[in-house]
Parts: sequence; C-alpha cells; structure tokens
Amino acid sequence: MFDLAILQQGLPLLIAGLWNTVWLSALGLILGFMLGVIVCSLRLSGRLALRRLGGAYVSIFRGIPLLIQLLFIYYLLPRIGIEAPAWVAATAGLALCCGAYFAEILRGGFITLPEGQIEASRLLGLNEWQILVRIRMPQALRSTLPALLNEVILLIKASSLISVVGIAELTRSAQNLAASTFMQLQFYMAAAALYCVVNMTLAVLAGRMEKRFEEARA
Amino acid sequence: MTQTSQQQVVLEARGMSKQFGDHRVLEDINLAVKGSEVVCLIGPSGSGKSTLLRCLAFLEAYDDGDVFVEGELLGYDRGANGRRLRSRPARLREVRRDMGMVFQQFNLWPHMSVIDNVMEALVRVRGMKRDEARRLALEVLDKVGLPEKADVWPSRLSGGQQQRVAIARSLAMSPAIMLFDEPTSALDPELVGEVLQVMKQLAEEGMTMVIVTHEMGFAAQAADRVIFLDQGHILEQGVPKQLFRAPRTERLAQFLQNYLQRNEIFRDDGKEGYR
Repeated sequence: MFDLAILQQGLPLLIAGLWNTVWLSALGLILGFMLGVIVCSLRLSGRLALRRLGGAYVSIFRGIPLLIQLLFIYYLLPRIGIEAPAWVAATAGLALCCGAYFAEILRGGFITLPEGQIEASRLLGLNEWQILVRIRMPQALRSTLPALLNEVILLIKASSLISVVGIAELTRSAQNLAASTFMQLQFYMAAAALYCVVNMTLAVLAGRMEKRFEEARA
Repeated sequence: MTQTSQQQVVLEARGMSKQFGDHRVLEDINLAVKGSEVVCLIGPSGSGKSTLLRCLAFLEAYDDGDVFVEGELLGYDRGANGRRLRSRPARLREVRRDMGMVFQQFNLWPHMSVIDNVMEALVRVRGMKRDEARRLALEVLDKVGLPEKADVWPSRLSGGQQQRVAIARSLAMSPAIMLFDEPTSALDPELVGEVLQVMKQLAEEGMTMVIVTHEMGFAAQAADRVIFLDQGHILEQGVPKQLFRAPRTERLAQFLQNYLQRNEIFRDDGKEGYR
C-alpha cells in the first residue's frame, strides 16, 4: 500500500503546493491585518458615518462564504477591465475576508484600553498615528494574541479554497497526486501532516510571544 | 523648566461654560493663572472642579467663552466670519505643547518600562535622540525620587510610585503649567504623602500648577490661591488663610465643617473619642 518511491516522486509537487499555501496565506494575512486595523479604527471612530461604514464592511465580508468571495473577485476583475493573475484574486479574497475577522478581534482589544491612557498620550503631544502605533496596537496585540492566532490558523486552512481560482496550493496538489497515482490516503495524509507542521510552528511561536508579554507585565 | 515671568498670565478662562445635555456643569468661569502660581480647586463632588480642569486642557470641549494658554486660544480657531471652529488636532497639540497633566488614575503605559514611559514623548514628540532622552528621563526620575526604578515595569510599582512616574513623565516635557486632577484620590492613605511631597517641591521651584484636590492640608500649605467651586460656579477664592479661616459664604463654611468632622479623631468637647 505504501509505495515510497511514488511518494517521493510526488513530494516536489506537494512542496510546491505548500509554498503556494504559505506565501499566499502570509500575504493575505499581512494585508488583511492592515485592513483589519483600518476597519477597526472606522468602527471605533467618533463619526457615525464611519462607524456605519466599518460595520457594513464586517457584515459583508464576515457574512459571505470565502468561496463565494473568491469566485466573485475572480470573475469580477476581468469584467471591470483588470487583467490580473489568479494569485491577485486569491490574495484579495483572503485579505478582505480575514480583515473583517481581525477588525472584530482587535476591536475587543482596543475597547478595553482605559481612555485615560489615550488622554495622557494626547496631553504629552503624541499624534493620533503615534498613539495607534505606539500605545494602542502593542497593547491590543498582547491582549488578543490567542484570538489572532486562531484566526491565522483558520485562514491558513481556509486558503485551500483558493484552488477554485486555479492555484495549485497544498490541498489541490495533494488532490492531483492522489488522482494520478491512486494513492489517495498517502497523499492526503502527507498534506495533512504539512498543514499541521505549519500551524504547530505558528502556535509555538505565538506561545513564546505570549510568555514574553506575561513576563513583562508581571 | 520653561521660565515664565511671575506677572505673565499662563492660563486664562474667560466666561467659560460647559454643558452636558441639559445640565449646565460650569457657568461663566473666569480664572487667570499667573506664572509660578499654585492654584487649588476645591469643592464638593459634582461641583464641576474636575470638569473645569478637563476643559482647561480641552479634554472636554467647553461650550461658551474662551480659554487661553499663553495667550493662544485653546481648542478653537476663529473663522473669517467670526464663527468658532474646532481646531485641527495639530493646532490643538501646538497650543497645548507647554501644558502637562497628571491624572487620578496615573495612566502610565503598562507595556513600557518606567524609563520608556518617560522617554516616549521626548523621542517621538521632541525628536530627541535616545541617549539624550534617557539622560533627561533619569534626571526627572531622580527628581521624583525613583532613579532606581528606571527599568522596572509600572505594574511592579506602588500607586504612589506610579503617580510619581506620571509626574516625571509630564515634567520631562518641560511644561510651563501642570494640571493635576485629584492626583492622590486613588492612593492608599499612607502613599498620599510621597506624592504631595513631590508636588510641594515643584511648587517651591516655581512650577505653575492648577490642582483639583480633596487634600485641604496640602491646599492650605502649598497653594497661593484656593478656589471654591459649587454647582459649577466659582463661589469664593482667595489666599488659603483667608478662605479656610474666614469663609464668606454659608456653602464654603458648611463644606469645611464637613471636612473637619470627617477628619476629626478626638472631639474638642472632651466626650469619648471618634464618632
């Protein structure tokens, strides 16, 4: 049942798929995080119109399945005259979706910050950008780290959906290999192991960060 | 410390009022604080003294009247047609640049060490180099008696120590005037003294200060002028001796009477102790 030679032959394809999964997820997560900070700031804005805008964003991109978002973007881009490669649609879909989740997680971290800290920052002359980057973000990151990690892991797994726009990421690569070699169990198991390695590595890193934060606060 | 002439008015409110919904919290406040003057605001809770202080720092936007910091209108700009518009944030920062504030809850940044708390604005706002900022930060920490706590996290400090770091953080920016909003109200009684001591020292060095406080003893000893606020009005003001010894209004007399009774340990009439 285990034919190591075939498994070995398939490995380069599998690794190529893993690479696609990793870099597209990473790009999507980074852009999504920036988007999340912006949307979160909108939701906490003093202006009603901006709060509504942020709320609408979250409702839409959290409410629609990622699969449909990806397909929609993929077919929309050429219609509005943008000839972009598939990875652009994939990254955009991932970023837009996880932006909504990040915004909500960060909002939880922001609203627990005492307003007095912000007032003190303003009186010391820090501008709003400096307050965001130096005062709000570091504290929100610390308090929401476990939830953020959860979202990162969920997104990496959900990135298997980008295969619908024609990208051979890890899941699709395993599927292809399974179909051509009839070694379904072996290749799916190999893919599963690779997902686990990536996500467990992230969990360990996040755990270390958390520990460092706790030492700092104690 | 910025040198301000004793005669020069550093902070002034003219006909200022503030309203929360239908409730008028402050009514026609007129107040001028001169260089090196120490002004204490006292009054019953709900009298508007904290709101007054927050309006003087534009943490609350006052509604009518004007507030001037070193002659510059705070928080508003005059439009061409005489209408008042809220200042842009950059302008507000500029007018507030010589103002420091110390809060009841200290408001240190818990994710930064003590020295980083003090250095942050020096580096980001003043554009100082890190080693230069560090030297100055150590200087002010020394001034508040905490040089050995530079590399400690704020959460490791007592309330009194945290408040002294907050004073150092504000002091490092060399303000022309410092506002204190009930700086000892969140402290355990035995920690109040060390904070008041630092404030007294600042007063003696000529810092211009406006202090909202419940510490009548401190007000009596350190203030050049005490202002009694009641229901959003300045009811009485004067040198501490005059105000505390010979209140002119029934409200102030009552307020002081309450205070004395609350802080009385032994009764004068010879009957058994504390009631």
